[in-house]
Amino acid sequence: MLYRENGQFKTSYAADQQLLPIAQDRWFMMALVACSLIAVPLLASDYALRALIIPFLILTIAAIGLNILVGYCGQISVGSAAFMGVGAYLAYNLTLRVPQLNFLVVLVLSGLGAALVGIAFGIPSLRIKGLYLAVATLAAQFFLDWAFARVRWLTADSPSGSVSTRSIQMLGWTVERPVDKYLLVLGLLCILTLAAKNLTRSHIGRAWMATRDMDVAADVIGVRPLSAKLSAFAVSSFYAGVAGALWGFVHLGSWEPAAFSVTMSFNLLFMIIIGGLGSMVGSFFGAAFFVLLPVLLNRAPASLGIELSTAMKSHVEAMIFGGLIVLFLAIEPRGLARLWAIGKEKLRIWPFPH
Amino acid sequence: MRTTMQNWIGWIATAACACGLATTAAAEDAKAAAEQFIPLLVYRTGPYAPNGTPWANAKQDYIKLINARDGGVNGVKLTYEECETEYKTDRGVECYERLKGKGPTGAALFDPQSTGITFALTERAPVDKIPLITVGYGRSESQDGQVFMWNFPLLGTYWTAADVLVQHIAKKEGGFDKLKGKKIALVFHDSPFGKEPIPLLEEHAKLHGFELIKIPVTAPGVEQKSVWLQVRQQRPDYVLLWGWGVMNSTALKEAQATAFPRDRMLGVWWSGAEPDVKDVGEGAKGYSALTIQYGAGLSKVQKDILKYVHDKGQGTGPREEVGTVLYNRGLLIQMLSVEAVRRAQEHFGKGKPMTGEQIRWGLENLTLDQKKLDALGFGEMLKPVATSCADHVGASYARIQTWDGSRWVPGDLYEANQQMIAPMVHSAAAAYAASKNITARTAQTCQS
Repeated sequence: MLYRENGQFKTSYAADQQLLPIAQDRWFMMALVACSLIAVPLLASDYALRALIIPFLILTIAAIGLNILVGYCGQISVGSAAFMGVGAYLAYNLTLRVPQLNFLVVLVLSGLGAALVGIAFGIPSLRIKGLYLAVATLAAQFFLDWAFARVRWLTADSPSGSVSTRSIQMLGWTVERPVDKYLLVLGLLCILTLAAKNLTRSHIGRAWMATRDMDVAADVIGVRPLSAKLSAFAVSSFYAGVAGALWGFVHLGSWEPAAFSVTMSFNLLFMIIIGGLGSMVGSFFGAAFFVLLPVLLNRAPASLGIELSTAMKSHVEAMIFGGLIVLFLAIEPRGLARLWAIGKEKLRIWPFPH
Repeated sequence: MRTTMQNWIGWIATAACACGLATTAAAEDAKAAAEQFIPLLVYRTGPYAPNGTPWANAKQDYIKLINARDGGVNGVKLTYEECETEYKTDRGVECYERLKGKGPTGAALFDPQSTGITFALTERAPVDKIPLITVGYGRSESQDGQVFMWNFPLLGTYWTAADVLVQHIAKKEGGFDKLKGKKIALVFHDSPFGKEPIPLLEEHAKLHGFELIKIPVTAPGVEQKSVWLQVRQQRPDYVLLWGWGVMNSTALKEAQATAFPRDRMLGVWWSGAEPDVKDVGEGAKGYSALTIQYGAGLSKVQKDILKYVHDKGQGTGPREEVGTVLYNRGLLIQMLSVEAVRRAQEHFGKGKPMTGEQIRWGLENLTLDQKKLDALGFGEMLKPVATSCADHVGASYARIQTWDGSRWVPGDLYEANQQMIAPMVHSAAAAYAASKNITARTAQTCQS
């Protein structure tokens, strides 16, 4: 009744092909952006911003990147955390060795550096597919883990192998308060989401999806597998690199090589599987599921007035979290994004389902 | 399908509302009385739980003891809340953010119980004005309080530990000159924790002419076959074990399997507690490890805890745990925290809850002489501690203890040689200050 596009006529191709063709969707999106730009900075506590929202937004960027590679182009990768690490260590070295650089330039350069490394490790994808490729990307993870821990130049000879960052300065704006950090990350996320969404709607995105659905057929109709696969690796690693630099500089401030370990890679992969492969909104849902839910579950018993020991709370959290993963995948194997789409479909025909 | 989904949405909405209401209610309660809130970051689950649990229990028991025996610190009750970090940096940061604002004056101080979390919090503590204490761990260069205003690696750092271990080897061999040409292997947890002692050991190797072999162990350290193969090939004279949690007992079992003499294995103080050797039992006989001044045993304070806390049924953990190595270390840490609060109260007003900034002053001006330690029940456990702006360690003694197959036997007490450590601390701290654009405090600005 409320969510219906009756009477919204499209009179031009541009109107028909816009990102959100239904007016209600546009309003919802505008309200959401306004809410996150105005309401969240005003209402959210420091705790919510620093411990929940900022990590959620940063991991969303990484999840979008991985979704481009796995969800849109069909190349399984379990090395995404390593590419985040490349971005983080590159940003660290750039700010340390060229301190006058603007942080935005640093971010772009770390993204580009990660993209180059991504292309290099993406080359095996031209010959191997599926699970075999997953194993090849795992090699990238192990190699880069080794490099972060052993190549002392990368960590500026820090005795313990961990690095700590300077405060973020750009154009006279010192990004120090949680709100500043939030706005920086939110702005980047908006730009990167829009870019990714439009990329997937362009000929590049169609080449990715053709490769994903059947690479031989895609090759026959004129999609070059080399450029399709390597561009997916490049774009995906660019996103990972930017996310990694943000994770290091904005969220952690100081980190050890283990911050970008294989566990993080697996978590990112699970995020997009639970959220929905090949879906932008799925990356958001997946990141929220993995960042926010464990903390909420951990805090739930105390908030509901149930006295549990610290260890028990932790066990309960792990059990419910695991249970929910199974539950959601059992309800809808195509992820939370598919559930969201089903919900929207139902809403369109409500209250007269057929 | 539709009904299930609607049900779910309903459930989630209800839960969210309940959470919101309950948190506001809890926040209002806390503001009522004169209370000092002490946050407790713990790990009672995950790979390091066997070592994290006694430590966490002791920290809680000591707070309970102060409240039950003394009625708090000058009448200010100590309150606490635990938060589970699982030894993970991201969860530790979340816990820190969760607990830092609790209580009428915010969190008193944080003891992160993990070197990784300490590194992350070192960036946040100066902004939030909450001190960090890292008894026997953390960043070694944070001994320099002129640069690291908010970090307190009280009673020892990894550099003092490494120095004492080299002293002990020299003593066993009959002098530092006998170290020439020897081979010493460092088997370390491949993390900032394990890498911290390397610069100091390298310095010693250069000075005394021994060869340092560095063998990393991937965390958590359950797989060490290749490590001990290397040990067997290289045949070092001594193995220094720098592990935590399951890595220690695995290393001892592997040493037994490769027949490396256990009396030539020396552990840091995080590799010398009951959970590390209990499962190995006889196989660990002769193995020595450091302990921060005092190992296992019941001193006056533990007897008080049994009397005022455990006898009243308030004990946090099992009764048998009281007096074990890690339990005692938890007590030491919590005692130093409480004494920092007391010292701050003497300066800023007795009977009032202190802010993080005031407790930082207390930590920096801590003077625990023998008389005070006796009164606290720590007389046998600790030598006098005195901190200052330039020295955030306070006392750098460590004792060697040896496992006899059933218990830890205390041995010689050493003091770390600051002549070698101090210049390294200063240069590392200066490098940190330069990279972060921090101006070090001078003697004049120290009191501010």
